[in-house]
Amino acid sequence: MSASTARVGAVIRKELAEFRRNRLIVTTAGVLPVAFLIAPTISILNIRASALNATLNSRIEYSLFLPLLVPVFVPSIMSAYSVVGEREQGTLEPVLTTPVGRAELLLGKAAAIFMPAAALGYLIFGVFVLITQLAARPAVAAAVRHAPQLPAALVFVPLLAAWGIWVGLAISTRVSDTRVSQQLSVLASLPAVALAALMQFQVISPTFGLVAALAGGLLAFDCAAGLVVARLFDRERLITGSRPSGGITHPPPPLVRE
Amino acid sequence: MSGDSVMRAGLDETGVGRTGQAVPRRPPTRDAPAAIEVSHLTKVFGGRAAVSDVSFSVAVGEVFGFLGPNGAGKTTTVRILGTLISPTAGSATVAGIPVGPGGAAEIRQRIAVMPESPGLYQRLTVTENLEYFARLYGLPRRQQRITEALAAVGLADRAHDLTGQLSKGLRQRAALARSLLNEPEVMFLDEPTSGLDPVATHEVHGLIAGLRDRGVTVFLTTHRLEEAERLCDRVAIMSTSLRTIGRPDDLRRELFTRSLNVTVAAALPEPGRVFGGLPAVQGWKAAGPPGGAPPGEGPAGYVLTVSDAAQAAPAVTRALVGAGADVLLIAESRHSLEDVYLELLGDDGGKSR
Repeated sequence: MSASTARVGAVIRKELAEFRRNRLIVTTAGVLPVAFLIAPTISILNIRASALNATLNSRIEYSLFLPLLVPVFVPSIMSAYSVVGEREQGTLEPVLTTPVGRAELLLGKAAAIFMPAAALGYLIFGVFVLITQLAARPAVAAAVRHAPQLPAALVFVPLLAAWGIWVGLAISTRVSDTRVSQQLSVLASLPAVALAALMQFQVISPTFGLVAALAGGLLAFDCAAGLVVARLFDRERLITGSRPSGGITHPPPPLVRE
Repeated sequence: MSGDSVMRAGLDETGVGRTGQAVPRRPPTRDAPAAIEVSHLTKVFGGRAAVSDVSFSVAVGEVFGFLGPNGAGKTTTVRILGTLISPTAGSATVAGIPVGPGGAAEIRQRIAVMPESPGLYQRLTVTENLEYFARLYGLPRRQQRITEALAAVGLADRAHDLTGQLSKGLRQRAALARSLLNEPEVMFLDEPTSGLDPVATHEVHGLIAGLRDRGVTVFLTTHRLEEAERLCDRVAIMSTSLRTIGRPDDLRRELFTRSLNVTVAAALPEPGRVFGGLPAVQGWKAAGPPGGAPPGEGPAGYVLTVSDAAQAAPAVTRALVGAGADVLLIAESRHSLEDVYLELLGDDGGKSR
C-alpha cells in the first residue's frame, strides 16, 4: 500500500485552490481565531501591576487555553464539509471514477486542511505572545514567556489539528448532510478540548513527561484515525447512500488503489 | 485524441457535419471483441432489485444506447460497470478486465464516466478542473492533453473561465472534455443531454458522433428516444430487467408489421377488389379520412399490411390508377423507436409490469 504522492498532491492543490477562491470560507474561518485572540489579549493587557500571583496565573491559563481551540474547531468544521460537501455538489462521483485511492483522496484533503489550520494556530499564539511582550507590563510579559503551558501548547497545535481533521473526515464520510456533519464534528472535538483545558488550567500539570506522553498518545491516535477513516470511506455508500448489499463476496479492497 | 482528428473527420468543432447533418454512421462492428460483457448482473438495494439478471455485450467501437424510464436501473448499471458499486450477483468485464476490487483501478484508468450532473468545481476554471483530473489519472503531457480535449469540445476559448459562470450546455461540454483526458477505451455517458436546451443537445450529439468516429466505445444511457435512434448502433431497452436489445431497425421489424399508408381523393367503392391479390400486399383496412373529414366526404385513407413495401408500392399505385382513383399519397409507415419503447414498456414506462 503506497499512496501516489502525485495524486495526493493533486488533491491538495485542488483543495487549496478552492479555499483561495472561496473568500467566505477564509473569512469565516478567520473569525473564530480572531475572537480567540482578542479576548485573551485584552485579559492579559488589563492585568494591574498590583495583581496577585494567583490572578496572574489564572489569566495566563485562560489566555493560553482559548487559542488552543483554534486548531481543534477550525479544521474539524472544514473537514466535516470535505466529503459530504463534495457529494452534495455532485463533484464526488466523477472523482471516484478516476484511479485515485481512498487513502490518497483522504490524505490530500487532510493535508490541505492541516497546513492552514496549523499555521493559523501558530500564528494566533505568535501574535498573542508578541503583543504581550510588546504591550503588557514587564512582569506579566515575563510570566507569559515562562508559562509552562506555552511550549505545551505549541506541541499540541498540530496534534489537535490532526484530531479535528480526522474526526471531521470520519463524520463526513458517514453522514448525508453537511450541517449534520459540521455539528457532529464540533461535538466530537470536545474530548480534545477537555484535554487541553485540563492541561492549560493545570488540573493536570504540564510537566515535560506528561506533555510527551499526551503528545505521543495523540500522535498514535492521529495515525490510527487516518487508517480508520480510510476504512469508513465506502464508495458505494457515498454514491448511493446505501450500504453495500450482500451477494458477491469480495476481499477487503485495498486502501490506496481500488 | 486531438482536435485535429475531429477536423480531419470533416466535422466542425462540435463534431457535426458542416451541413448540420450527423455524419454517416460506421457499420456496427459485430465481430469485434467485446468492450463490455455483462452476464446475469443483479443489484439489490434494501430488498428491492434495481437491476435484475441483465446480460448483454457491447462491441469495441460501438455506440450502445441503454434506454429505460426513470428508475429502470440504467444509472445503477453504469455505476457497477464504472466500479463505483459492486453487483449483488452476476459478473461483468469492461475493456477486457473483470469488474471487481482486483481490477477496479485498471478499469478506471481505461474508462471515463460522465455522470448526469457535470460535477465540476464551480470556483475553479475549466482548465483547473481538467488539470485536477489529469493529475488524478497520472497523465503525462498534461497541458497538451488538456488543450486537445478542450479543442475537441470547442471550449478552447473558455479555458480560463470559472465553470460556475458557464451555461449548462458549456458545463456539459467541459465535463465531456474531462472525460476525454485519459483517452478512454470505453466512455459511459449517463443522460448527457438531460436538462439541456435543443441547441446544447444538438452540440452534445455532435460530440458523441465525434467520439464514435474516434473509435471510442460509447455506452449511452438516455430516456430520449430520438437521441438513441440518431446516435446508437444498437439499443437495449430495460426496466429493471432487459426487455430487448438490437439495432433500432431490427427492433422495429420484430415488433411491428410493415405497412403502406394510402390516401386517395375519394373513397374507393370496392377497395377489396383494388387491393386484393396484389403482390406483397397481405391485407388492408380503412384508416378513416385524413384530417377528420366526415366519412364519404373528401379524401379517404387505407392502411395496407405488406411483406415488402418496395414491391407492393408500385403495384398498389398501378391498381389505384387502374381503378380510376386519384392518388394523393402512398408512403411506407415508419415506426419510431418510441413506438418500440411504448410497445415494450407500455405508456407507464413498464412500471406496472
